[in-house]
Amino acid sequence: MLLSRYQLVRRSSASRRVAILAPITALLVTIVLNFVLYIAMGKAPAAVFYAMLVEPVVSWSSFSEVLLKMTPLLLIAQGLAIGFRANVINIGAEGQFILGAIFAASIPVWVPQATGGWIWPAMLLLGGIGGALWAVVPAFWRVRLNASEILVTLMMSLIATQLLAYLLVGPWKDPMGFNFPQSVMFQLDATLPLIIPGTRVNVALILALVWTLGCWVYMQRSFQGYKLIVGGLAPHATAYAGFSEGRAVWISLLIGGFAAGLAGAAEVAGPIGQLQRSVASGYGYSAIIVAYLGGLNPIGILFSSLLIAILYIGGDNAMVSTELPIAAVRVFQGSLLVCYLAAITLVRYRIVRVVTTEARA
Amino acid sequence: MPAPLLSLRGLTKTYGTVRANRGIDLEVAQGSIHAILGENGAGKSTLMKLIYGVETPDAGEVIWQGNPVRLTSPAEARRQGIGMVFQHFSLFETLTVVENISLIVPGRKAELAARIRELGQEYGLEVEPRAHVHSLSVGERQRVEIIRCLMTDPRLLILDEPTSVLPPQSVTRLFQTLTRLRDRGVSILFISHKLEEIRSICDRATILRDGQVTGNIDPREHDAHDLAKMMIGRDMPAPRPAIAREPGEIRLELAGLDYRPDDPFAQSLSKISLRLHAGEILGIAGVSGNGQAELARLISGETTRPAAADEIRMMGKSVGHLGAAARRKLGFAFVPEERLGRGAVPEMSLADNSLLTAHRFGLVQRGLINRSREADFTARCIKDYDVRTPGPQAEAGALSGGNLQKFIVGREIMLAPKILFVSQPTWGVDIGAATAIRRRMVDLRNDGVAVLIISEEIEELFEICDRIQVIREGRLSPSLNVAETRVEDIGRYMIGAEERAGI
Repeated sequence: MLLSRYQLVRRSSASRRVAILAPITALLVTIVLNFVLYIAMGKAPAAVFYAMLVEPVVSWSSFSEVLLKMTPLLLIAQGLAIGFRANVINIGAEGQFILGAIFAASIPVWVPQATGGWIWPAMLLLGGIGGALWAVVPAFWRVRLNASEILVTLMMSLIATQLLAYLLVGPWKDPMGFNFPQSVMFQLDATLPLIIPGTRVNVALILALVWTLGCWVYMQRSFQGYKLIVGGLAPHATAYAGFSEGRAVWISLLIGGFAAGLAGAAEVAGPIGQLQRSVASGYGYSAIIVAYLGGLNPIGILFSSLLIAILYIGGDNAMVSTELPIAAVRVFQGSLLVCYLAAITLVRYRIVRVVTTEARA
Repeated sequence: MPAPLLSLRGLTKTYGTVRANRGIDLEVAQGSIHAILGENGAGKSTLMKLIYGVETPDAGEVIWQGNPVRLTSPAEARRQGIGMVFQHFSLFETLTVVENISLIVPGRKAELAARIRELGQEYGLEVEPRAHVHSLSVGERQRVEIIRCLMTDPRLLILDEPTSVLPPQSVTRLFQTLTRLRDRGVSILFISHKLEEIRSICDRATILRDGQVTGNIDPREHDAHDLAKMMIGRDMPAPRPAIAREPGEIRLELAGLDYRPDDPFAQSLSKISLRLHAGEILGIAGVSGNGQAELARLISGETTRPAAADEIRMMGKSVGHLGAAARRKLGFAFVPEERLGRGAVPEMSLADNSLLTAHRFGLVQRGLINRSREADFTARCIKDYDVRTPGPQAEAGALSGGNLQKFIVGREIMLAPKILFVSQPTWGVDIGAATAIRRRMVDLRNDGVAVLIISEEIEELFEICDRIQVIREGRLSPSLNVAETRVEDIGRYMIGAEERAGI
């Protein structure tokens, strides 16, 4: 009797074709899976998908909101991806984002009367520094004590949340704010200039695109980026060549922290306009999905950040127009990542059918 | 003539564009020791995988004891009575011998232990069943592997380069075991590229080249030169004679190096002393696992020492506290024994692998990689060192072991080092490539480079070294001049007989 089974066989080299097809296939499979889910929930799948995937891009006003959401995701994910490729797993971008927001807010909070064109750039810079400083702690412990940066960065995020809460109910609370846990509204010069009239899209989008280009050059062309990639692929080769592992940890975490801090600064100085408890709203975690969906490649991340931003806006739409619960929106995001991670296995492996005969006695 | 135990008819296996085996015909007689001889990349390993069921053939027939069979998994092959001992052992170090064996062979431990002792006595494979594997020598581990195969009572035993890990005295003992097995009716497929060995023990030899059978002979009727010619398809290049010359200044010195590793399974080193001069080749012989890996990491700078120790000097400078990059800047170059993942990054192109150690040679400018210089360097290395690959953009992981080794050796020599350190230069490398690599090292020596080699192959060390020191249990023997030393002397140091006799 013939039996057949399937085996994964390593390819002699990575398949570029599959690398491009993988995210597209993952999206299609996710849509099919969620189609079944919506039917089981008694929702009309067509209406949900229209609200979630199409509506955000057909009207200019909602697409501008997509661009606004995309900006912090793009900034953070590019920074995280550099670390991920070096196998330095920073999952605490949420905390670094919050610290960036706090550092940026320090100018309008402490000198609310200040005016001048220097204020918003200074806030962005301070934000980046704040995020990077928050990443110093996990980098130090990883290099000195070999403490897992995965755990330390995550725990630092919890501390950041509490620090923010303390500032907003304590020293930085708006005295005229009816006791709401939020800071003063920032003065005009402490907010980012808008670049598309009639929308909330601001200079941070341009910054994120420039940052993307910079990350691309850094990872594709620079020797420093090369060393990080070697460290991620073959740690023994790093030691053999004499590249410093500690330096790779520092660079990865500082770049990731800086990018997240910058995004945090751009968020408070941009659409929010004041420091609030809800500044981060999960960007730091979603950016991890964005980075992996983009294949940790700067160009790929450009597309994946757009996709996740569409899902953010589209998910809100679907919640309103089809009464989809928020959990279902998260299921869509989660199943997309799972499908993608399954699909990218095929970049380096192929499926082979093996025919076996039944054992002879 | 009785029917053959195993016949293969037209066995073919293709990987992508590589035709690893093309229409292989082979007959293994009952009770014979049959050699499979061929260079690395000739298709020996693929053929063994097909016979042991690790891979399935694209075409062709396997006939086992007169019946066609499909061997689709090692379990199936074992059921049919085929056993295999791999070159790299698959034993759990933290378990005892009997525990390792009970993972595959059913039965109570006490019974298994009794059978281990019984088989051990019968075939000269004595090993203590309750010993932990990490405490065993390589030769003993191999005995465990062979016993494990014998427990399933095989009719055919496949041995993949069994002698490459053994000291000479253990080789003799292994051969006695194999002869005894043959006399009791077990056939043996013996894979090797060591010609003298094959001539001394095998009844038949099948020679493979480029995935095809190029000869089916009685090895005792041909000399080693003939066999080599059949194997590589042309005459073997003669080794280049070393120019007699006075060694120059000391380039590398280890002065009483003591080292206690953190890893409990690693070998600690004690009072290692050696001096390596310009224009000489010093070989470090020894059975692997006696501290070679630890010593290599200390010399390369992958393991560093406190600055105060002053045990390692290069070019007269104390370097024990310096990392690998700083030592390379002084003119040190190194080829490690692991090519994939240490000497090269498998997922990266050859061009990007050039950058790993050659980045100081104009390949990086103002922090940016100069892609055209990187490609030039790589293309030159591929051409000068005869690396068989589609080009600089091929992934390192896609190259055969021998070709990747040629690339890494080439890359390190192109750095124009003052000290070249090569660990296991020809492990798993075919004869053609091995000869080329050895010639390169002799050339470098003649040009005044200090060359240090760690190798398990005594013949290789005798062929190219000026002096040899033997490492055993983390200690280094005195220096022996090759011209005044016999292979047996080295062998005695390798198994420690010299120490016992000396006291």
